[in-house]
Amino acid sequence: MKISYREALREALRDALASDPRVFLMGEDVGRYGGSYAVSKGLLEAFGPERVRDTPLSELGFVGAGVGAALGGMRPIVEVMTVNFSLLAMDQIVNGAAALRHMSGGQLHVPLVIRMATGAGRQLAAQHSHSFEGWYAHVPGLRVLAPATIADARGMLEPALACPDPVILFEHVRLYNLEGELGDDPSAWRCDIRSAAMRRAGDAVTIIAYGGGLLRALEAADQLAGEGIEAEVIDLRVLRPLDTPTLLGSVRKTHRAVVVDEGWKSGSLSAEIVARLMEGAFYDLDAPVGRVCSEEVPMPYALPLEEAALPQPGKIVAAVRTLLGKT
Amino acid sequence: MSLGPVPYDKTSSQALLADMLRIRRLEEAAAEWYGAGKIRGYLHLYIGEEAVAAGAMPCFHEGDDVVATYREHGHALMRGVPMNAIMAEMFGKALGCSRGRGGSMHLFDAGRRFFGGNAIVGGGLPLAVGLALAAQLQHEARVVACFFGEGAVAEGAFHESMNLAALWKLPVLFCCENNLYAMGTALARSESQTDLCVKAESYQVPALRADGMDVVSVRETTQQALARMRAGGGPAFVEYRTYRFRAHSMFDPELYRDRKEVEAWKERGPIHTFSARLKAEGKLTEEEFLALDARAMAEVAAAVAFADAAPFEPVSELGRDVVAQEEP
Ligand SMILES: Cc1ncc(C[n+]2csc(CCOP(=O)(O)OP(=O)(O)O)c2C)c(N)n1
Repeated sequence: MKISYREALREALRDALASDPRVFLMGEDVGRYGGSYAVSKGLLEAFGPERVRDTPLSELGFVGAGVGAALGGMRPIVEVMTVNFSLLAMDQIVNGAAALRHMSGGQLHVPLVIRMATGAGRQLAAQHSHSFEGWYAHVPGLRVLAPATIADARGMLEPALACPDPVILFEHVRLYNLEGELGDDPSAWRCDIRSAAMRRAGDAVTIIAYGGGLLRALEAADQLAGEGIEAEVIDLRVLRPLDTPTLLGSVRKTHRAVVVDEGWKSGSLSAEIVARLMEGAFYDLDAPVGRVCSEEVPMPYALPLEEAALPQPGKIVAAVRTLLGKT
Repeated sequence: MSLGPVPYDKTSSQALLADMLRIRRLEEAAAEWYGAGKIRGYLHLYIGEEAVAAGAMPCFHEGDDVVATYREHGHALMRGVPMNAIMAEMFGKALGCSRGRGGSMHLFDAGRRFFGGNAIVGGGLPLAVGLALAAQLQHEARVVACFFGEGAVAEGAFHESMNLAALWKLPVLFCCENNLYAMGTALARSESQTDLCVKAESYQVPALRADGMDVVSVRETTQQALARMRAGGGPAFVEYRTYRFRAHSMFDPELYRDRKEVEAWKERGPIHTFSARLKAEGKLTEEEFLALDARAMAEVAAAVAFADAAPFEPVSELGRDVVAQEEP
């Protein structure tokens, strides 16, 4: 069956709402408006305004209410329109949801799922385009997911809801319209939220990517294959906790790695990955690990500038060539 | 609401009308060029709400500060930002008022003390408080105009800003453009107290209400609020009751409101009702109306030509203006 990433997310929400009365969805314009990215379109009609709950413009308030509802026995799914606006709620997420289990000596836990859009590529400029998922991946107590495929968009919510701790699910804005085949049987999308996945096998270099970067990494790998360079592409899927063994395993095979991250380089998730490769596979590396990240500017509006600021397949190809000494 | 006589002479009345027409034509062109793919990103049109910017903005002095939202093309234009620079910014060009970095939502003009298009709902309010604090600390007489939609009233930033401004007696005029919907969420679906003036008053901020479809009401009410503030009276709040005729942004399928409601509000459209009053009072002829409109359209056409011809910023300049050129 052909299905879009957006529809896959929606069907996962529908399943969750249908199968567990504790689950409800809340956020700005998730109901009448149909979701700012139309993910929840039609769910209000199917489940009613108690369970598909429009909130006022109060990110701090309703994310905090999600934490409270989770403490109170519900399984809330909170949608924050974009990661950019989640900064208004960061206190509740970081000082609250993430810390409560530990602070309470294990007495409390927060089974909350927070979904948000992330990333650039739609010319929305510096207050709507950033990739702050690395900031959340910094925080112990959170689990951070980045579905990059239709199957993961369909499959990750169920284990996220089953997780006893707060989970943040990042949906890259460039992926919503992505279409692909997905079988009807749950086995087509059932997945864990622990491990990275190899999306393409190769022996010359490992390209590590996630979210919106995965397709670009695969595009780069196709291009490299045309030059006789077989790249292995690893999709992180889970940004926290990182599946370090899978990354190390691949690099021990290929001896080279490039990390693709739409966040900035400085103090970033990509920096963390490079550090782990150094710690765990230093003597297996034949070249310094490369990185393709966003340029260190707030995301500009104009198309040529936005494109120049973002990781592109061409930049990934160039980074790989550099590692292989083929400039 | 019955509209009374227009208390201005022919020249100032026509100037108000001309400004509303300039905003309307600018917005229509923006929609058209969005359709043509020249303008991208989010585009929030002000069509229907022109009386607010046209009536309120001229009440502020050159030395005052202005803080606006992502629905700010009209405010920027009324502030005196050249239409060429606004259009070029929407086209993403290097000659745009934010060098192509901001786009429709982030128009800036520091020289005109226009502190931007802010696309974080409620994000401008604390800024306005800080600008007013600076004015107070520097013993300067300027006031701060802070525009925001009624949706922002739900944000913590609104409440914290109202409180600070009142507590410290800061000269901020909180200009709430209540167009009844925050994206798809009607006011009554997001506020337990829908009387916004009551909220302001609960912070001891005096509140006034204006008919935002009537440029006269907007202007008079704004002047009234400002007169008190300029006499050293601390902050004030004005609710402008208005309506957006178009979708929230270019991505909005408008599932949440009835076409009939939109049509009913269009009957109260700020431009045609004001023109009709001026004509009835002998302050405007049809020829004069057409001439004003033609002038607005010509200005817009020139701005589009300017924006289209302007160059993009070279990609080599991507990294400029992130931090100061000189190392500290
Ligand atoms: C903090 C934050 N949350 C959500 C959004 C998404 N958003 C953009 S405009 C808008 C509606 C705001 O409505 P209102 O304040 O009434 O202003 P209007 O658009 O009607 O002019 C929303 C929810 C945002 N930009 N910022």
